[in-house]
Amino acid sequence: MKVKTIAENLGLKVVCGSNALDRDVTGGYTGDLLSDVMANSKEGTIWITRQVHQNIVAVASLKEHAAIILINDSQPTQETLEKAETESVPILVSNLPAFELSGKVFNLLSCR
Amino acid sequence: MKKASSVVCKKSKRPVCETKEKAATQTFAIEGGNFNNAGLVSTSIKSILKKMDVPGEIVRRAAIVSYEAEINVVSYAKQAVVNLIVEPDFVQIEVNDEGPGIPNIELAMQEGYSTADRRIREMGFGAGMGLCNIKNYSDEFQIFSEVGKGTRLVMKIFSK
Repeated sequence: MKVKTIAENLGLKVVCGSNALDRDVTGGYTGDLLSDVMANSKEGTIWITRQVHQNIVAVASLKEHAAIILINDSQPTQETLEKAETESVPILVSNLPAFELSGKVFNLLSCR
Repeated sequence: MKKASSVVCKKSKRPVCETKEKAATQTFAIEGGNFNNAGLVSTSIKSILKKMDVPGEIVRRAAIVSYEAEINVVSYAKQAVVNLIVEPDFVQIEVNDEGPGIPNIELAMQEGYSTADRRIREMGFGAGMGLCNIKNYSDEFQIFSEVGKGTRLVMKIFSK
């Protein structure tokens, strides 16, 4: 499933990386501890987090995540947006909390 | 510096790079306290290894260990020099920092133990997982530290 399909189905706002929405999403990971995400998330993951600082872009880029979704209407910092554009990492924003959003993403990916 | 601990684990199968000619050494610098640039060295290392056609699993593990080491330098040290060595049968990443050092390495190696301050924790770092991740994703990991001087990490990932 493409990042774009998930964004459309869940009404997510694309705040950057709109040129990379055709990436394939192969799984999801939810977490705010960057070491946990580094160690346990996989390539092609859509990463759900409440962290908004620019270091999330380095993690997503190093782990080759498909995209990042910020929960609870969290807004990325300007530095995060700039870095994400440079690295072509799509950042999407949801108004849902992590638990609900993870459930919805899981269900979408399970119905492929 | 006094050797404090050494760990050997995991193995992988394919060669890191096919020929001796592809072997390379590269040096990078990390600035302590600068979270804006955190991850740049790991990103460069990953990109170099990918260009050298190093197997994906080794690149992924090298990215994890170098990122964790980089974050430790940014979080605690003044500065560090990183050496990347790529040989046909292994990738070695050495990180030599100038910083406060680690008084009790055994304790620092325990998952969940951390001396990170609130600012570092708020960013999602400092959960006491970094050194454990390095140990788990390296085949060989050595850590040397001297209080008041600095810490040296040597992380090796073998091809077989």
